[in-house]
Amino acid sequence: MKQTVAALICGLIFGAGIVLSGMANPAKVLNFFDIFGTWDPSLACVMGGALVVTALGYRFVLRQPAPMLDARFHLPTKRKLDVPLLGGAALFGVGWGIAGFCPGGSIPALGLGKLDALIFVVAMVIGIALARLFSQISARA
Amino acid sequence: MTEFTPWSALAGGALIGLAAVLLMAFNGRIAGMTGILTGLVPPLARDWRWRAAFIAGAIVTPALLVGVGGLDIPFESPTPSRWLVLGGLLVGMGVYFSSGCTSGHGVCGMARLSPRSIAATLTFMATTAITVFIIRHVLGGL
Repeated sequence: MKQTVAALICGLIFGAGIVLSGMANPAKVLNFFDIFGTWDPSLACVMGGALVVTALGYRFVLRQPAPMLDARFHLPTKRKLDVPLLGGAALFGVGWGIAGFCPGGSIPALGLGKLDALIFVVAMVIGIALARLFSQISARA
Repeated sequence: MTEFTPWSALAGGALIGLAAVLLMAFNGRIAGMTGILTGLVPPLARDWRWRAAFIAGAIVTPALLVGVGGLDIPFESPTPSRWLVLGGLLVGMGVYFSSGCTSGHGVCGMARLSPRSIAATLTFMATTAITVFIIRHVLGGL
């Protein structure tokens, strides 16, 4: 229960950050990548602000023996730079370049009541389900 | 055209970072939208509650800022619906295979100097830029 409340508070802050930063606005995101056209460098400031706060905060938090509401930190254990990582990232970028939404930008955009965000999110969830299905089938084969 | 908005971008970025730090401090979890969302795609993960709560929070704040606060939040989606569907499918498959997206790899992983996250972020930033270039300057738009 406490973990649920904590996650809700973090989600509220995350949603505020996303819409304030412009990450929920596809036109703004796409313009960041359009260096030879209508370039808008704002996204670099978003990444910079987020990275500085997270790097400093993590330095302190991850020195603690455990998080406040859980027995341990759940950190990724994979170390290898493999094909799924890089191929998946490449595929993600193509989709991001087409739509202008990334996962973290699209969910808060739902709260803005935009149909385009809904269309994207439904397709993205189907994409996640398909990829998981594919992974399960290929793991069995 | 969209305006360069350094201050709101920095402040918004700092809030995203704050959310990431707090989620690690309280629950010991990475604030990555891909990982959080994947546990909510049926069949639900056993720990679906905190995941649903995070997503609900991320949707509620924008709704409150617009609905109650009366804020005017710029939004423009230039992509036609059928292309949004294709983009969504590619994003969903891509982030599942790479185990993360802009928030998980780009913010949380890069902040930990994770080699996997740095490699993933460089890769998706590059393919996004190439895709935008092709769409806007080779094809002349969708």
